[in-house]
Amino acid sequence: MRRYLLNRLWQSLVTLVLATIVVFVGVRALPGDPALALAGEDRDPESLRAIRQQYGLDQSWLVQFWQFVSHAARGDLGQSIRTGAPVRSMILSALPVTIELSVLAILIAGVIGVGAGVVAAVRRGGPAEWAANALALLGLSVPHFWLGLMAILYLSVALGLFPASGFVPFFTNPVDNLHHLILPALILGTGLAAVIMRQTRSSMLDALSADYIRTAEAKGLPPKAVIGKHALRNSLIVVVTIVGLQLGALISGAVVTERIFALPGFGKLTVDAVFQRDYPVIQAVVLVTATAYIVINLLVDLLYSVIDPRIRVRGEA
Amino acid sequence: MTVSTNGSTNGQVLAVKDLSVTFRTEDGRVSAVDNVSFDVADGEVLAVVGESGCGKSVTAMSIAGLLPRTATVGGSVRLDGTELIGADKRTLRSIRGREVAYIFQEPTTSLNPVFTVGHQISEVLRTHIGLNRQAAEARAIELLKLVGIPSAERRISDYPHQLSGGMRQRVMIAMAVACDPKVLIADEPTTALDVTIQAGILDVLRGLRERLGTSIVLITHDLGVVADLADRVAVMYAGRVVETAEVHEIFARPQHPYTVGLLGASPAAGRHAETHRLSEIPGLVPVLSEQPDACTFADRCSRAGETCTTSQPELTAGVHRVACWHPVREAVEV
Repeated sequence: MRRYLLNRLWQSLVTLVLATIVVFVGVRALPGDPALALAGEDRDPESLRAIRQQYGLDQSWLVQFWQFVSHAARGDLGQSIRTGAPVRSMILSALPVTIELSVLAILIAGVIGVGAGVVAAVRRGGPAEWAANALALLGLSVPHFWLGLMAILYLSVALGLFPASGFVPFFTNPVDNLHHLILPALILGTGLAAVIMRQTRSSMLDALSADYIRTAEAKGLPPKAVIGKHALRNSLIVVVTIVGLQLGALISGAVVTERIFALPGFGKLTVDAVFQRDYPVIQAVVLVTATAYIVINLLVDLLYSVIDPRIRVRGEA
Repeated sequence: MTVSTNGSTNGQVLAVKDLSVTFRTEDGRVSAVDNVSFDVADGEVLAVVGESGCGKSVTAMSIAGLLPRTATVGGSVRLDGTELIGADKRTLRSIRGREVAYIFQEPTTSLNPVFTVGHQISEVLRTHIGLNRQAAEARAIELLKLVGIPSAERRISDYPHQLSGGMRQRVMIAMAVACDPKVLIADEPTTALDVTIQAGILDVLRGLRERLGTSIVLITHDLGVVADLADRVAVMYAGRVVETAEVHEIFARPQHPYTVGLLGASPAAGRHAETHRLSEIPGLVPVLSEQPDACTFADRCSRAGETCTTSQPELTAGVHRVACWHPVREAVEV
């Protein structure tokens, strides 16, 4: 187990370095110049040079990269070119919003997706399955941004059920916090819920025709235990995999959703930074996102062996 | 025999009468079991023998209502006087695992891979007897010992994949006898196991019958297993019982040509060595969806006459019963 973890950490480090290089080169390859963006109307070559010098943009890419990496290793992510604020504090204030939004979205998607998937599998061929399938198709094909706009238009503006935008920190007022986040999380979770529902349905159908289900029935167990325990536990392994794979989609979905609901999260930070060619912020955002992605994937892999004892991580046996 | 108050004959645990099963398929209704009747006495081992597809497993599953929804079951199955055919789900659930328990052919797939064997055994006890976690676990350890699993205290927290095939089948048996059921239905319990493991499993079953007095319905195509364990035999062919008798009678004086063929097709130690070839039964089992008003074995039978193709023989009365127009009366060398 320890060998496995060390191995995974080493792999993660390589992935992180590669991701950092790709983004570092990527943002610089984009058309546009942060100095120009910062200078605004003032196109005086002298002040442009001063700006470049201030942010180290006149150095070679190699030097810039080394500075970024060596500073990042010490926890210093630099200063925003746009605002001059430390990137670290910008990240730390945006991160909780996105984490909460994503966790809520996954929870909502999990509950709806697994629930509907189980019902669709058990009531196979009935109206319930038909309805679940139709909903899943809708969830997959309707884009987030449209759904978000419609939700704001009808649920927030017309009916006044939810606030249309804004954010209240959880520790300031938990109820208000949830009230602000529930609609964005629901919108963000729809796509994932649809994917989870379809996956749960098909793996439940497999599980329900398995011999061990016949055994569970022959033991006289109530349907609750046969379906909710014996079949579902075996189906979950596939569902967990899907959630892990969908994380990328969830993160990019969060960017759009945060934009629509004006949430001060990672998505907003990223989009603003890209428009302003705010290199340090973009780099830091990608570094943190990549780290999160790697950590979550590791957690998903570890979760496998909890759900299915047959899967023992390599290196343990 | 005296008749008890609940209507069943004394000592008779399971009474199957005129059991018929049809399946709804895309090609219409298919009959799998046709008017099958048999009784199982207290502590008796009844072997139900036949080729693959003769309806023996379907018969077994229909006893506790375990067939899929596409099946239609007719006739009567009485367990200690309680009618099981048409019984509501709640009644069936309270009987399954408690009064009637099953052992299946493939222990590897029949145990749930994600729960420990201890959990899977305890579950039955907690569902039917209402034992708490500790009591159920203690009983599960006893049960594992009963079926001959060494270091049961440790094995109880193993997952099925950590056990060998023979051990898994022992776990299945432990799970089946957890609530001391009246009838144990063993559907090909040794078929998926190595020959060397089979004898051990049969020993366990024999021990259970002797110690707990459990009646066993043994579904098998293996005549060696039958000779080893059974008291009585019902031979099934194409969804019908064609012959039933005491086990030594079946082996010594088989009367139905199909039984004779079945015995002839089975290898046995000391016989058929080099000099003897196994005989085979010509032809194939008929399509069940179109059973004609005739003996279903007529097409494959060397003794078939005109009657055999025009009307269906009924089981004769008595102890050794046979459904044949031209039963074998002379001693046969098989």
